[in-house]
Amino acid sequence: MTMARADRPLFEGSDWNFDLIQRIYDAVETIALTDFHLDVYPNQIEVISAEQMLDAYASTGMPLFYKHWSFGKQFVANEMLYRKGLRGLAYELVINSDPCISYIMQENSATMQTLVIAHAAFGHNHFFKNNYSFRQWTDATGILDYLEFAKSYIAHCEERYGEAAVERLLDGAHALMHQGVHRHPRVRSRDLKLEAAREAERQAYRDKIYDDLWRTLPASTRAPEATDGHRRRALNLPQENILYFLEKTGPALEPWQREILRIVRLIAQYFYPQRQTKVMNEGCATWCHYQIMTKLHERGQITDGSFLEFLQSHTNVVNQPTFDSGHFSGFNPYTLGFGIMEDMARICRNPTDEDREWFPAFAGKGDVNGVLQDAWANYRDESFITQFLSPHMIRKWRLFQVTDRQSEAALSVAAIHDERGYRRIRRALAREYDIGRQEPDIQIVDVDLAGDRTLMLEHSVADGVLLDERDAAMVLQNLANLWRYEVVLIELDAQDRKVLKTHRLKPALLQ
Amino acid sequence: MHIVDRRLNPGGKSLVNRQRFLRRARAAVQQAVRQSIKDRSIKEIDREGQISIPRDSIHEPTLHRTSHGGNRERVLPGNRDYLEGDRIPRPSGQSGGGSSAGTGDGEDDFRFVLTREEFLELFLDDLELPDLAKRKLKGEASSTPRRAGYTTVGSPSNLSVPRTMQKAMSRRLALRRPGRADLERIEEEIAQVEAHQPAQDGDAERLEQLREEHQRLLRRRALIAYIDPVDLRYRRFEATPRPIAQAVMFCLMDVSGSMSAHMKDLAKRFFALLHLFLTRSYEYVEVVFIHHTDHAAEVDEQTFFHSTVSGGTVVSSALEEMLAVVSARYPPDDWNIYVAQASDGDNINNDNPKTARLMREDILPISQYVAYIEVGAEERPVDDGGKSSLWSAYEELQATSRHFAMRKVHHRTEIYPVLRELFQRRSADERDRAKGRS
Repeated sequence: MTMARADRPLFEGSDWNFDLIQRIYDAVETIALTDFHLDVYPNQIEVISAEQMLDAYASTGMPLFYKHWSFGKQFVANEMLYRKGLRGLAYELVINSDPCISYIMQENSATMQTLVIAHAAFGHNHFFKNNYSFRQWTDATGILDYLEFAKSYIAHCEERYGEAAVERLLDGAHALMHQGVHRHPRVRSRDLKLEAAREAERQAYRDKIYDDLWRTLPASTRAPEATDGHRRRALNLPQENILYFLEKTGPALEPWQREILRIVRLIAQYFYPQRQTKVMNEGCATWCHYQIMTKLHERGQITDGSFLEFLQSHTNVVNQPTFDSGHFSGFNPYTLGFGIMEDMARICRNPTDEDREWFPAFAGKGDVNGVLQDAWANYRDESFITQFLSPHMIRKWRLFQVTDRQSEAALSVAAIHDERGYRRIRRALAREYDIGRQEPDIQIVDVDLAGDRTLMLEHSVADGVLLDERDAAMVLQNLANLWRYEVVLIELDAQDRKVLKTHRLKPALLQ
Repeated sequence: MHIVDRRLNPGGKSLVNRQRFLRRARAAVQQAVRQSIKDRSIKEIDREGQISIPRDSIHEPTLHRTSHGGNRERVLPGNRDYLEGDRIPRPSGQSGGGSSAGTGDGEDDFRFVLTREEFLELFLDDLELPDLAKRKLKGEASSTPRRAGYTTVGSPSNLSVPRTMQKAMSRRLALRRPGRADLERIEEEIAQVEAHQPAQDGDAERLEQLREEHQRLLRRRALIAYIDPVDLRYRRFEATPRPIAQAVMFCLMDVSGSMSAHMKDLAKRFFALLHLFLTRSYEYVEVVFIHHTDHAAEVDEQTFFHSTVSGGTVVSSALEEMLAVVSARYPPDDWNIYVAQASDGDNINNDNPKTARLMREDILPISQYVAYIEVGAEERPVDDGGKSSLWSAYEELQATSRHFAMRKVHHRTEIYPVLRELFQRRSADERDRAKGRS
């Protein structure tokens, strides 16, 4: 597709104003929609200062959030790093909402504003709107209203039940946040607006049926007879979502405590897709900004100077230090995502014989946009790497796999970038992005209802890696305090079901 | 597409979270603040500054797999010369291929910056001035309004609606003002009677009666107002004069040759802390520096701390000078007077009785608090039980006067504990006991 070169670039120099932002946006939008057929939520671009960026950092990037000391901790840490110049701030922050809100910093130059609009307002935005896991798990239209509800609900609880009680509850809930998501699409996606309304309804209903007389009834003496199977089925066991289980069956929780657990759980669920698609999400956004900036430059809408400024910044973003460079701290998701996507484009356009063999479905088909958009929509990091990491990229990054066995004194190199190693490396790397494998597999297996109400959990230990003991003790203490009876966590070997370790905690006495 | 300029939105969204964090980590932060005071010079003692606290106190635990042990696999970029099957010695430390290797912030301390306000708040927390501060009105009295019940006159903006409605209601009840329901009942009855078709006996009579009653009710309603001017109640405010507390702090120091630089530094630190503390408690604090050898002079801060004057040591000269300054500029009725004296304890023997007498009879009665700090050489001398001549002279004062305190200080780390000891917030009964003693 060719288009006449623009007479004049959109801007020269680095200053910008709101009118220019509008023109940049229009130019980027034209390319994004006509050349790349991106499908995005309506955009809302908000210009903020560095101070406000720090604020946003501290509340997990959301424009509004409930109050908790841990966000203050984030804030003071970031603030110091920033003030001392040890760390720059992100150029942008984008929120998965409809309309999609992108924060851009006032300190950015005009080139950087162009870059972040392409990156966030189109790249991330397209991904949020189309990726299956976001569609399944998040409600972009409702999230801001829900956060508003959460914030005021928690503030209300603090007023009514005391800050200390709410803080204690949130501490416990935050500790279990990663164990507060449904990993399998058993429950339909949540309409968060309805969620807030539903809570109001529940409260009203409780108020309506409240009758102090019930309290005076003598307790039933007839214990219900239930077999183990019945009981587990009735309690929906085994259950991996600990917060959900507490909310539904915690024996000693007040209604407001259940609601707060629910809030933390729903927010954890909202962020779950982001943790699953970090590589793809950043890769998609980086791919989009790279293509859009290149097009703008081809058409003469940005100057050579801006393009160089962009390239420099882009190169920093996709820099991947090697393992022995001293700067290595894991894979850079931008590099990984962008690299694989660029490689997919190459395979579409001019594949080698190897590519044809590995990717018969799209090698040489030429439809780069179609292939990429299909990948963006239907994969998450783990499946994306499993499917699309090519031998070419494994060679280019010179990937190798190291195995560390507890029983052996030294590490061994299990695979390198050769014919025998490609598939192994690909599988191993994909596993590193499989949250299900990286996070401990912990399930609530039973509750001793007839006896002392002990809550029983199991950690199915994969590869002999146990839980971090100190943290586990602290989290389980929190859990015991919420459950109000004893909690037992047994760590079992996943293969032979041998008990490796048992944690047992009694609730602390709370005043 | 919308572009929204949020730059002018109020910032400080994280302030509440920040405060909660500080409250949460209070014990650790306080400890760190007190530690950090050691490394700060006098000038920056109350600046904002970086502190670090152990991560443990603010750890947020999660259930996660340990970073060591077990069998792990890891893919890394940048292979140079490894071949399949090569053995690599396990790197020391715990990052041996673990998934959390290189997350950056290991177990080191958690660092952040406290603002000046936060710093002072934590630093001087649980210290208080002994409960003998006089608060005198200074210059033109400023006053603040305070709620003081209700009144029948006032400006409309102070109208207390609940109280007014309450009054109106009780008056209406007492005077039996007919309600709307009464009127409606009669009107209904009238309508009923009028509706009789054909008219019955006595209807006309009854109607007249009812109409009269209706008129009466209406009249009564008109007479007895729903809200009457007598019902109006206004919130009453009383202007209470706000005392402006002012204090003057006298720093007395021996600058004779026997005072080493180290001793002066100790004295300076104590003065600085005391000054900091007084500025927190009083809106207005003046400082007077008096140094002395065998004669005393009021000097400026620079001279006070940095000049050395040779000569003997006559402590009473400083006390006399101070009394002169007080009578010239700081009438004790208007000023809270604090005296901080630092010396190495040397005094000419025959001056001791005079010094003690001046202190007891002239200075203590007009002062809020007198602290005497005896500074010693850095290496702590063996506790020989030996007392300096000035110390012996003051000792008897300490027993009899509760706002006189004396301490020995040898090292600068002791300065802050001494200040804390002197001004620690005491429980009420402890204070009572102290009063009973005096």
